[in-house]
Amino acid sequence: MIVMGIDIGSVAAKAVVLDASGNTVLSRVMIPTGWDHRRALTDITDLATSTAGISSGDIHTRVLTGYGRVAGKDDMPVVSEIACHAKGAHFLFPEAGSVIDIGGQDSKAICLGPDGAVTDFAMNDKCAAGTGRFVSMVATLLGHNLDAFAKLAEKGNPLPINSMCAVFAESEIVGLLAKGHDPADIAAGVCHSIASRTAGLASRLGFKAQLCVFSGGLAGNPVISTSLETHLSKPVIPAPFPQFVGALGAAILASQQ
Amino acid sequence: MESIDKLNAFFEYNPVRVQDAKKAGKKVVGTYCLYSPYEIAIAAGGIPVSLCGTRNDSIPAAESELPRTLCPLIKSSYGFLLNDSCPYLAASDIIIADTTCDGKKKMFELMAQKVGMIILQLPHNQNPEVGLPYWTNQFEILADRLEEEFDTVISEEKLRDAITLMNDERVALKRLMDTTMYIPSPLKGTQLLEVVFKSGFLPDKKTGISLLHEAAEELENLGKQGVSPYSQDTPRILLTGVPVGLGCHKVITLLEECGASLVCLDTCGGYKKTALMVDPGSPPDKKALLAALAERYLSIPCSVMSPNPNRYSTLARLVKEFSADGVLDLTWQGCHTYNVEAFSIKKYVQDQLSLPYLQLETDYSEGDTEQLRVRIEAFLEIVKAGK
Repeated sequence: MIVMGIDIGSVAAKAVVLDASGNTVLSRVMIPTGWDHRRALTDITDLATSTAGISSGDIHTRVLTGYGRVAGKDDMPVVSEIACHAKGAHFLFPEAGSVIDIGGQDSKAICLGPDGAVTDFAMNDKCAAGTGRFVSMVATLLGHNLDAFAKLAEKGNPLPINSMCAVFAESEIVGLLAKGHDPADIAAGVCHSIASRTAGLASRLGFKAQLCVFSGGLAGNPVISTSLETHLSKPVIPAPFPQFVGALGAAILASQQ
Repeated sequence: MESIDKLNAFFEYNPVRVQDAKKAGKKVVGTYCLYSPYEIAIAAGGIPVSLCGTRNDSIPAAESELPRTLCPLIKSSYGFLLNDSCPYLAASDIIIADTTCDGKKKMFELMAQKVGMIILQLPHNQNPEVGLPYWTNQFEILADRLEEEFDTVISEEKLRDAITLMNDERVALKRLMDTTMYIPSPLKGTQLLEVVFKSGFLPDKKTGISLLHEAAEELENLGKQGVSPYSQDTPRILLTGVPVGLGCHKVITLLEECGASLVCLDTCGGYKKTALMVDPGSPPDKKALLAALAERYLSIPCSVMSPNPNRYSTLARLVKEFSADGVLDLTWQGCHTYNVEAFSIKKYVQDQLSLPYLQLETDYSEGDTEQLRVRIEAFLEIVKAGK
């Protein structure tokens, strides 16, 4: 049985095509979401099927998640991204007890029960403070893309960054640059403050002393994941293809429909 | 539902009835908080009404004087005064308010410069030896002030009658709210809120009470027959936390859109209002009646009380009575007391009541609707999995 999970996020739309009989991933694709969620849904579906070398008729079930999920709610089952991230993380690491996801416009901490069911969750404030968008803003300010920003952060000694609001942090960072601080120290500081803030979110849930899976675009940043590990005092493992955990979870839920 | 429509049609004329009563020489007493005793206002010959404070459109005006970060309920209330857009406030001869929380009491200082107010000093402790004597004294002062303002005498008899009337109203409102105990509930959450909210503005209590009973009877029959917009499997949610009314009910609408049945309002307009009764018979004199009223009002489990044990016991009872499958705790931004208390309420609901719990912090604006929807959907997924 071939199934598809689609995650229309605030920044990127992701899709995973799964052959549920052998649990093998046939395709894993990502495009920018843009402003038109319906268009993103059509485009990502076409791309996922053509990349997998199948036709749309071969797909048994699709499940949709993410902020753009309303775009397809009449055509396919819709599940919250909390449940999808939980399922995806459990599939990748069955021993995991929790998930931290830092996405484009929100971050979430999820406690996992048996079979990857959600037992509790917490989300950040309803703005982009301390999320992927915030890091993009800082990276742009320092003249880097996200990968280069992560490498830069590894070389720095973290400076304390107090503001998590994208608008206020920009002023704070401009001020630090004006004082002649090393951009690497600023980058490291930003990564540490995001980790500390996200760990605070997780600590409200009382994470059990098991493995924590780190997903979302920022999971590729080793400074953030190492710092999360320190704050949470438990192993934090960045998910492989971290931006696809939600779509993967949606595909698994599709196979169970 | 015929009787609900009839009730809502009756409510439509509340502002007109207030005006008519005024013309007939009655005094209108505005109130902002559940701690303000309606019985004393009624015994003084007044018509007590709740004043507006649940709409977003009055907030921009309030922000010309109040900080933006203040709780939306306080800003909205003050904005209604600045915009002169609340018909009940315009009709009020006097306003009874109390020092509920820091934000409210400082706002009331500003308000008192513009309208006639009696501000009660609410103690934040319910201890019978600490808070209660102080609060009883506040009620005595209030009774004296109203006698003076309205040039009347609050007799023992008038006070007993007022207590009986308010008890009758609480019984009627509770009977209506209890109809959602049926599984499935015959009433939608938005309908429940509308009736409960509008009943706070009733000038003609006697007619209102009989219409509430009539609606409750119809709903009881529907409940018994299993007539409902929902099914046996619909998740049943209890809402606790800050006051909610029409205009700031986006969370209730979202709950409904996400497929849940709101069965219980553990809020100021809901069960906090009807939970306690005063015995009009046994206290021997007026002083004792005032003391009994003070005891009743001080027991209201608002988060301003420290400690606030009644909130936990009430939650446990309501969760059981309404067969709730999950608890949603609503906090307005800037409401420190409910926000801090949410941490302990969460622990209590999850550990002691073994139910899924979600706290939402928001304001009156619609800007975060989609973010709230994600949280509510994920919460309901947990609720359904546990059902």
